[in-house]
Amino acid sequence: MPVISFDAVTKVYPLPAGDVVALAGIDLAIEKGEFVLVMGPSGSGKSTLLNIMGSLDVPTSGEVTIAGKRISGMDDDELTLMRRDHIGFIFQQFNLIPLLSVVENVEYPLILKGRRNGSRERAEEVLAAVGITETHLTHKPGELSGGQQQRAAIARALVNDPDFLLCDEPTGNLDTKTGTAIMDLLARMNREEGKTVVMVTHDPRMTEYADRTIRMVDGRLA
Amino acid sequence: MTFLDLARRNVSRHWLRSALAVTGIVIGVVAIATMGILGNSIGLMFNDMVSDVGDTIVVSPAMSGTGGDKLTKRQVDDITRAAGANRVITIPFASTFDKMSVGEKKGGTMIYAMPAGDIPLLLEKEAGTYPRDTGSGCMIGSRLAELNKETGLKLGARVTIGDETLRVVGVLKERGMGFDINPDYAIIVPYSWYSRHYDEDRYDQVVVKVRDVKDLDVVKEGIEQKMNRREDVVSVMDTKAILESVFAAADSITVFLLGIGAISLIVAGVSILNVMLMSVTERIKEIGVLRSIGTRRREVMRMFIYEALILGVVGAVIGGALSFGAGYVITAVIVENPDYLFNPTSLLYILFGMAFGIFTSAASGLYPAWKAAQLNPIQALRHE
Ligand SMILES: Nc1ncnc2c1ncn2[C@@H]1O[C@H](COP(=O)(O)OP(=O)(O)O)[C@@H](O)[C@H]1O
Ligand SMILES: [Mg+2]
Repeated sequence: MPVISFDAVTKVYPLPAGDVVALAGIDLAIEKGEFVLVMGPSGSGKSTLLNIMGSLDVPTSGEVTIAGKRISGMDDDELTLMRRDHIGFIFQQFNLIPLLSVVENVEYPLILKGRRNGSRERAEEVLAAVGITETHLTHKPGELSGGQQQRAAIARALVNDPDFLLCDEPTGNLDTKTGTAIMDLLARMNREEGKTVVMVTHDPRMTEYADRTIRMVDGRLA
Repeated sequence: MTFLDLARRNVSRHWLRSALAVTGIVIGVVAIATMGILGNSIGLMFNDMVSDVGDTIVVSPAMSGTGGDKLTKRQVDDITRAAGANRVITIPFASTFDKMSVGEKKGGTMIYAMPAGDIPLLLEKEAGTYPRDTGSGCMIGSRLAELNKETGLKLGARVTIGDETLRVVGVLKERGMGFDINPDYAIIVPYSWYSRHYDEDRYDQVVVKVRDVKDLDVVKEGIEQKMNRREDVVSVMDTKAILESVFAAADSITVFLLGIGAISLIVAGVSILNVMLMSVTERIKEIGVLRSIGTRRREVMRMFIYEALILGVVGAVIGGALSFGAGYVITAVIVENPDYLFNPTSLLYILFGMAFGIFTSAASGLYPAWKAAQLNPIQALRHE
């Protein structure tokens, strides 16, 4: 059974100037353990697709099943718990919480889930796995380089052992070398840990990491 | 690391802004608590006074009456009879303000005159003896004695009033403010001397002391019925009624001041609302992140309410401590009895002020917290 499946999914943003069709009928299945790239021009609906996969957004019509659960009819709390328990988000802008230290950022999803016992150790373990050295644990995110922040963000996404990772242009804010290192890290998580990864990117070199590439144009799969 | 922790960190990140919001709460709490303590102290003072002097009725010539502004000896006797001689002690007195001199020193003084035998019934002595009807002895009030220690107005001194010289044979105990007479700054002379010196045989007022406080109303009514049968000859006031009318005014002032306290807390609440709305607006992106990684609405809300509560609790604790100090100043300086501060009701006012401060803060945090929780995660994430 696919970990993510879309059946005739549309997303329409009603605007005064006329409806914007961000997704125009998507059928899609992503199997466990896959590494899938999503490519396409700006405005083609890639982020919308990822947001719906991440139950951050709900489709206008069609059926979405995530980790075996249909998300239509879920209320805000249920969608939030889907994100907390099944999904790991990685953003272009890292999006670490500035008030929390690096290790606390990673600990946060565990605490949200009520796993207070051993949460610090678990966070440190995941941070070590993504290559954050111990000296950086108590730094604030702003004191780290972009690459290190994105590593910490990946650790945060992984810490609750999600069913899949959703990465929206994770290397878009990084220089080529650092971007490649981050890609290597995500590819390793996919290969060695069997993590399902869906990633939006503009970089054609990334296709070599992926099992397959989805191309989007005007809200459709090309 | 919890939501409370996050809230605390955000409060201290913007410490100046937080300090200003806290200051508002502090002022509100102190205003409410001190006004409450003041009001309560006045109430306690009232009770103390009533138990001290609640047995006293003061009979004065009626203001609208035709009988003049003095009472004759016959009227005094009538009053005594009407009150029921066995139930009361009646002490008629007269008073005037006059110049006096002690040696070289000249000044003015209040003079009270009453039958020599009645003086011990009304006034306690500190030193010396009570004056007799014959002779020219007088007593001086404790404060007057204290003020004039240097100038020689003391036991045994000679005081000249008009062309006559009196000898100070006794000093009174301090009596405090009274509704009959205020002897602390005065000279007390026997009525016989006064009558002769001022060529006067009438009295200003009669102090009626009831032996049993329960008889107060009966005695009061008796005097009124007998004396004011045809027209208002006298006005009869019991001290309790006088105290009540004075303290009723004090009560409404207290309510007014409490109102000011409440308003200042509401203003403080508005400033917290403002601070919290700023905090929400600044952190829209952060809220988006928190929501996107699985923080529920109610958890976001909790975080912001904690923030408001921290401001409120800190303000309330500081305000409570300052209220205690301010309460001490009020009770010690204004009411002159710091014990009133430790009265349970006074302490309750401090707690009430604190609780109201915390409540106001929490209430002010509610709307911003709700707003934060209602943010759309995707739009919040996109916010720069
Ligand atoms: N909240 C929104 N309201 C209105 N239109 C939106 C909203 N989000 C996205 N869109 C529109 O939907 C289309 C797809 O956007 P998006 O998924 O962000 O594309 P991509 O990530 O591929 O650049 C665009 O035309 C965009 O303007
Ligand atoms: Mg996009």
